[in-house]
Amino acid sequence: MSEITLKINGKSVKAKEGMTILEAARGAGITIPTLCHHKKLAPYGACRLCMVEIVKRGRAQLVVSCVYQVAEGLEVETESLKVIRFRKLLLELMLANAPEAKPIQRYAKQYGVDTVRYEIDVPNPCILCGRCVRYCDEVKKANAIGFVGRGQEQKVMFLAEVAADECPTCKKYLACPTQILQSIYKSQVMLRDEQGNQ
Amino acid sequence: MSRINSAEELKSIRNEILSNRDPKRPCITLCTGTACQATGAGEVYDAFEKELKERDLEKAIDLKGTGCHGFCEKGPIVVIYPDGICYVRVQPGDVSEIISQTLEKSVIIDRLLYTDPTTGEKIVYESDIPFYKHQNRLIFGDNRRIDPKNIQDYLALGGYEALAKAICRMTPDQVLEEVKKAHVRGRGGGGFPTGIKWESCRNAPGDIKYVIVNCDEGDPGAYMDRSIMEGNPHLVLEGLIIGAYAIGANEGFVYVRQEYPLAVKNLAVALTQAEEFGFLGDNILGSGFNFTVKVHRGAGAFISGESSALMAAIEGNLGRPRPKYIHTVESGIWGRPSNLNNVETWANIPVVIKKGAEWYRGIGTEGSKGTKIFALVGKVNNTGLVEVPMGMTLRDIIFKIGGGIPGGKKFKAVQTGGPSGGCLPEEYLDTPVDFDELTKLGSMMGSGGMIVMDEDTCMVDVAKYFLNFLGDESCGQCYPCREGLRQLIKILGDITEGKGRESDIELLEDICTLMKDGSLCALGKTAANPVLSTIRYFRNEYDEHIKNHRCTAGVCKELIAYYIHAETCRACMICFKACPVEAISGWLRTIHRIDQEKCTKCGTCLDFCPPIYDAVSRVPSEEIPPLPPLGLQVKRLKGKK
Repeated sequence: MSEITLKINGKSVKAKEGMTILEAARGAGITIPTLCHHKKLAPYGACRLCMVEIVKRGRAQLVVSCVYQVAEGLEVETESLKVIRFRKLLLELMLANAPEAKPIQRYAKQYGVDTVRYEIDVPNPCILCGRCVRYCDEVKKANAIGFVGRGQEQKVMFLAEVAADECPTCKKYLACPTQILQSIYKSQVMLRDEQGNQ
Repeated sequence: MSRINSAEELKSIRNEILSNRDPKRPCITLCTGTACQATGAGEVYDAFEKELKERDLEKAIDLKGTGCHGFCEKGPIVVIYPDGICYVRVQPGDVSEIISQTLEKSVIIDRLLYTDPTTGEKIVYESDIPFYKHQNRLIFGDNRRIDPKNIQDYLALGGYEALAKAICRMTPDQVLEEVKKAHVRGRGGGGFPTGIKWESCRNAPGDIKYVIVNCDEGDPGAYMDRSIMEGNPHLVLEGLIIGAYAIGANEGFVYVRQEYPLAVKNLAVALTQAEEFGFLGDNILGSGFNFTVKVHRGAGAFISGESSALMAAIEGNLGRPRPKYIHTVESGIWGRPSNLNNVETWANIPVVIKKGAEWYRGIGTEGSKGTKIFALVGKVNNTGLVEVPMGMTLRDIIFKIGGGIPGGKKFKAVQTGGPSGGCLPEEYLDTPVDFDELTKLGSMMGSGGMIVMDEDTCMVDVAKYFLNFLGDESCGQCYPCREGLRQLIKILGDITEGKGRESDIELLEDICTLMKDGSLCALGKTAANPVLSTIRYFRNEYDEHIKNHRCTAGVCKELIAYYIHAETCRACMICFKACPVEAISGWLRTIHRIDQEKCTKCGTCLDFCPPIYDAVSRVPSEEIPPLPPLGLQVKRLKGKK
């Protein structure tokens, strides 16, 4: 693989062809906030928090750094005004759903989001980043959990029969960024088992 | 039928078909597209068949069930050739008279003719009807001359000649250059130059490439792709084969919605016939070029019309879009270069090749060439499919072709580009319609939906309607689209219920920015258009709802109420009986009153109150006048004994 030089925040960074901007940035010690990204998983680009600004053919545009691949001479700004404004709006929207989630609180504090203009009826802390579903599919190959429904009805759901065998030994569900998965697991798998044993 | 092996053979077959046809022989053509079927075209066709048989005229008069003619408002439509006499809203009972009078005695039946609503004049010939007269039906025009199940009709009109020209006399590069020179732009919505897309796909590394027809038309109210596919499937196939030749693909897919049963059926017939005649398969027309087509039936998701989602669906995966930083022309179906174009785009290709890029460029505007088919619907007299050259003004389309607004109402807005398009007010009616002009105004061409709205339309409600649609159809994968839509719908809902806050407009605009900048695919990126364009052009309506809790158009139910005026009510019991929820009290000679608790605000009382009394009116819900005392009697009219 050939080596590529690109510019991130004005700093020359070396990267390998096929790498994403996020990987190249992290390799150079530049942090970009992420939620749905996981280094063992294929790029997904759903939470959009890792959005950065690039200049392509003289035009600035926003791209998700966890998917966009590096190219020779690419210029990237990870904290431009446009990027910061975007992240602030996105984090505010996320806080409306998952006000208790630690990583979201942390990022919101970092970007100075302190007021949420949305009314919250029923918080649905799961941000559907799909880390659990993709981990179980791509790494564990157990498929004990999957997406159900589409659009605004979408949610993650354990396939209880499989989950009862796989999950107790894996316990990767504890790595959910909003820490909601454990309670989903409890309600969908553990409670079901208890009821089954009675 | 044996395979056609060369361009010369195709020519002689065409001549043979033409020599067996007498152009002076009477031919009854009847639109049997889906819209006309819904108004009874199937029964009319059967009646014609039976009548011709009974009168033993089967050999003297041809009967042809064609695809959509476009004038769906007046269906079922019958056109009698060679003269082109046009009858509208024909019912089975009219059939025998048409044959005995018009065909046997050349007598025109007045009552079946189209009446111009503005002049009251009866029009005999199809070509004189204003709806057709101002159109340029380059793509759609052959629909009325072709029985889609009979390839001979298509061949008789010079079908597959463009294919023969392309693959027998041109190199793939020449075909590509011609399409680039014609400056065809994608009709599916994006308006991306087709030739450049083809070139990228052709130049992408890989031996196996695919070409795909996108017939997953999902916009509410738009049905031009369906009508082309139903009425002239060979035109699309011919375009696809030419494209495959230029790109270097040997396999193609047609992605067609399962909800379009007639399109699926006619396409299957067309594919079989094209194979029999040798337009598909190995060594097409003796050129050495091989090409096959598979049909993939879609399962009815709007999002599957997005190119990467459509390709995922063809692969057998969930129809969800992926980030397209690497374009589908480089990595599409199974990671191979795949060129996707919309039905209408493919249908333009044979025209470009047959008539040449120079000729094609003569139609349209600087940036958009050729014609575009629009689905003209909503509050307009002549609803249907209209094909006009790019650059015709909105006013000409709506008033000249569409015949204006029904019921003497005032025009308010036109929504172009489907659910993600924008609403344009009256002051922009003179805008020439093309890809760039509409985008400049914050709307878009989209796939060609054009919904006309009159003064009784509430623009906040319209924005809410389209967002609800998009909310249902969003795949839910990326956060800005899924949650942004949820919040937009909620805030717009609050505004239409009179619960809006003054800060809501700014919040709406912020969510729209977030969705535009950050959504994964075009659905989310353009979903903000209905909100942004209505805020831009109809800000006063938002303010009225938020500040004064009023819906001037009288649409938002939470903000309106119905009231019966005691002074004018004659206690005639008409509204009393008509109310579906029994919310009206009173009796003969006892003034009627509406119980606001029970009232569902359907407006039936207003519609039923006799105009001479005019006693019911719609009032803002916060300004309902006090009810008259219970049991108030109607005063006797003066002069009555």
